Amino acid sequence: MAKPKVLILRTAGTNCDYETDYAFQLAGAQTSLIHINQLINNQVALSDHSIMAIPGGFSYGDDIAAGILLANELKFKLIEKIIEFVDKGGLILGICNGFQVLVRSGLLPRITPHQTNQQATLAMNTSTKFECRWVNLQMDKNLSVFTNGLKNNLYLPIAHAEGRFIASDKILDQLEANGQIVFRYTTPDYPQNPNGSHRNIAGVCDSTGRILGMMPHPERYLVRYNHPRWTREHLPEEGDGLAIFRNAVDYVT
Amino acid sequence: MNFKRIPIQNANNAELLRISQEGLLSLNLAEMQAIQSHFSGIGRDPTDVEIETLAQTWSEHCVHKTFRGLIEYIEDDKQPIIINGLLKTTIIQVTEELNKSWCVSVFEDNAGIIEFDDTHNIVFKVETHNHPSAIEPYGGAGTGIGGVIRDSLGTGLGAKPILNTNVFCFGLPNLNYNQLPKGVLHPKRVFKGVVSGVRDYGNRMGIPTANGAILFDYRYTGNPLVYCGNVGIIPANRCQKKVVHGDAIVVIGGKTGRDGIHGATFSSLELDDSSENLGSIVQIGNPIVEKKVTDVLIQARDLNLYNCITDCGAGGLSSAIGEMGADFGAEVYLDDVSLKYEGLAPWEIWLSEAQERMVVSVSQHNIDPFLEICRSESVEATILGKFTDTQKLQIHYQNQIVADLSMDFLHHGIPRITKQAVWKKPIHPTPNFKRSKDLTGTLHKILACPNVASKEWVIRQYDHEVQGGMVVKPLVGIENDGPSDACITLPILGSKKGIVVANGINPLFGDIDPYHMAASAIDEAIRNVIAVGGRFDRIALLDNFSWGNPDKPDRLGGLVRAAQACYDIALTYGTPFISGKDSLYNEYRDTSTGEQLAIPGTLLISAISVIDDVDKAITMDTKLAGNLIYVIGQTYDEIGGSHYTAIHNFVGNSVPVVRPKTGKQIIQSLNHAIDHRLIRSCHDCSEGGIGVACAEMAFAGGFGMDLDLSNVPRSNQTNADDVIMFSESNSRFIVEISPENQTEFENELNGVVFNKIGQVTEGNTFLVKGVAGDKIVDTTIDQLKASWQGTFNW
Repeated sequence: MAKPKVLILRTAGTNCDYETDYAFQLAGAQTSLIHINQLINNQVALSDHSIMAIPGGFSYGDDIAAGILLANELKFKLIEKIIEFVDKGGLILGICNGFQVLVRSGLLPRITPHQTNQQATLAMNTSTKFECRWVNLQMDKNLSVFTNGLKNNLYLPIAHAEGRFIASDKILDQLEANGQIVFRYTTPDYPQNPNGSHRNIAGVCDSTGRILGMMPHPERYLVRYNHPRWTREHLPEEGDGLAIFRNAVDYVT
Repeated sequence: MNFKRIPIQNANNAELLRISQEGLLSLNLAEMQAIQSHFSGIGRDPTDVEIETLAQTWSEHCVHKTFRGLIEYIEDDKQPIIINGLLKTTIIQVTEELNKSWCVSVFEDNAGIIEFDDTHNIVFKVETHNHPSAIEPYGGAGTGIGGVIRDSLGTGLGAKPILNTNVFCFGLPNLNYNQLPKGVLHPKRVFKGVVSGVRDYGNRMGIPTANGAILFDYRYTGNPLVYCGNVGIIPANRCQKKVVHGDAIVVIGGKTGRDGIHGATFSSLELDDSSENLGSIVQIGNPIVEKKVTDVLIQARDLNLYNCITDCGAGGLSSAIGEMGADFGAEVYLDDVSLKYEGLAPWEIWLSEAQERMVVSVSQHNIDPFLEICRSESVEATILGKFTDTQKLQIHYQNQIVADLSMDFLHHGIPRITKQAVWKKPIHPTPNFKRSKDLTGTLHKILACPNVASKEWVIRQYDHEVQGGMVVKPLVGIENDGPSDACITLPILGSKKGIVVANGINPLFGDIDPYHMAASAIDEAIRNVIAVGGRFDRIALLDNFSWGNPDKPDRLGGLVRAAQACYDIALTYGTPFISGKDSLYNEYRDTSTGEQLAIPGTLLISAISVIDDVDKAITMDTKLAGNLIYVIGQTYDEIGGSHYTAIHNFVGNSVPVVRPKTGKQIIQSLNHAIDHRLIRSCHDCSEGGIGVACAEMAFAGGFGMDLDLSNVPRSNQTNADDVIMFSESNSRFIVEISPENQTEFENELNGVVFNKIGQVTEGNTFLVKGVAGDKIVDTTIDQLKASWQGTFNW
């Protein structure tokens, strides 16, 4: 059976593409790293792929605000193709900067499928600085197709300055009611909640469950050696992050 | 006319010096005279473009006059000796004598290259960006890291940058404002600015920063040191490069502006409060442009689209094109340089150190595909001319020839000068302070010293996980906050072969003897690599000297001593140097008091090695109650230059020395023991001695510890508890062993000095018994950790 095709989107300042690519390969996909210019110029068709991943990084330097320039490119140059892609069953995964892009382009949280205005934001961490640390995550009962059989507690690293998920109470209530909140930090206290996110939100999906965005980096915990305490703890060979990629690949296979 | 002629043919010596000084050329009289005589010979005055080109190419920064010149050296009133090239006779010499087959390229390219696996090599370079960081910490440090990343990109046909390492030296962070020399930024501001600059550049480039050190001393107040290092990985068949004559000269990346002009010559000046008015000497960084350049270059490299590459660093196009064309000649059209704005004189275009630019030599038939790759990712690329066979550097601007220089004169015309160096062993007052019986308070105080204290506040601002391969991280232990000795990264995901990187630096020892400072720095860097499981037989070193004004004989004398130690120690250890750099003239004059402040001569040794199976890597945090604690290596009464002596405001004279033959045996035995999985944790014993090393292992592991100093192996006269606790003798490690491995471990270490000094305990008490059997430290790991973390809890 042909391996499902994953498009890993690159642009100026993308920098987690290598390990995201590796994660999808481990999960059994056929991957290609595609520069956004190739999509805009129609050299590559999104519709030829089953999954699109927007990796972490600092797209266009995060000038103005994190992810906003790439978000605008998606919004003003590619939005119809993207909506069509998701409508036809395609998956989108945004990690860290990719999550920021999805939120700022209105693709997340998309409380109804045809909504593409921005409903939330990822603001500066309450610590006011970039931080790299490992955090515990709890999974909510959720709509996402990326989380089948995922264990309830994940341990993954974050590395960002703008990861504080903010939305109005009304939106947050709807997200909770719809099962669109996928991951939460385990307590509201810093540094377990590393950025001050409302309701400890670390990752959300859209109302179809086929778009997932998260601040923590699942591609950075694929094998035991990625864990910060692998020299002192008995750990499974496989890291907590890999299942997310495998679920995506299995879903479209 | 867009250029000027500089009237030097008939100038007298005073006028020559004035021209050099006013033009910020940093050329001395002999060099100005050589230029005068050359141009008199061809019967004309040089243009401004020509004389600026010569000044950049001949600058200390680019040509390393001190390290390559002649030195008349007098040690301790003995007969003077002549050193014919300090670098060649010490650091390069030892590498040649060791002649390691796994060294692929040493002291030739922009970075050193060593073998990694069958298909890949490693490149490694560390350099400084001290002067710019003193004037503008954020921009200076950011472009420092940006510059060293381009060194990796410009090595061979271009390496992919995979790891950053940074070491900083600052003035005291709590310095009183009225002690601040005129015109100097406060050390805390410099500290915060430098960290932000490195953070924003490194993180945006997507390169993990996972190793480093930060040191503090009043003498760095006017001249902070910013060492930036980068490791890259490169296919083994992409390490050779050669300009082909007829190739197009292509510049890619950033546009050229009036930023960073005279950076190369500026680094040969002492600083004072007028330095910030020297113009636009500090470069302006834009990491995303550099990331774009990296992305397209790696693709073009793999398609074989260019023949040679180098980075545009100090001296800008002048250095890059001048060096690449040195064997042939080059013809350049400055009109084609892509500018940020109009109004630059041709010499400014030619010298600008505008960032994120690389110069590439492209065969005519590859020009279109090369430019197409750049265009596809919106990267600027411009053809500026071509490499010729005229043996001349010819520069055109607006239909005029603005420079027509012989390559031979440019690269070989610099007169060799003899500098004077004197070294006399200083005698410091004998430390004389009240020595308390109970050392609990002292241990807490040393843990809180800025040099020793936790740098977590800094480390977490760097992304040390990006690229997904960091398997021994800068912070380790039960709460992910203990100080790792070195980092290990897996450059190829899916492989278990790792790269180990560590540093060694201790300027306090240099106050007693720079020879032993250098020896100790090498020993420390190697110990750090060994402590996590790196291979001893694959360690390569980098040297980075930051020193005062080498035209002053006492400063240069110390430099000679340090370089000699590099030869001696590296020879016995079998660890070649593969690259290095020097930053001299780190002095500051306070114009309000006339006081001259020089940095302590500071040598950073960076070590890189490999680990074949990362599964055998270990970390420094204790793992299990009941395990045994051993010290390996002999403790001597060597508290000179130690933190223990320093907190009592003394320097002392008994500096730790390296005994390389025994050191080598220790390191080899431990290397085998780790490889045979006999060690649960291992920590380098350095700043703060056994006391600090054991405390760090205990609180990182979350277990208590019981130690008995009477069991510490030591020299005959070493019996005072405080000396045993805090002496910083070299070639020592603290290790944790499971009781079931005790016999095998002791057998493995047969022939070296070691002993069991205690054990890991359940609970949180940290207890040390003195030689006489009484309790000299009684505290908890929580309190120890609090002291260690409190200093930079910003």
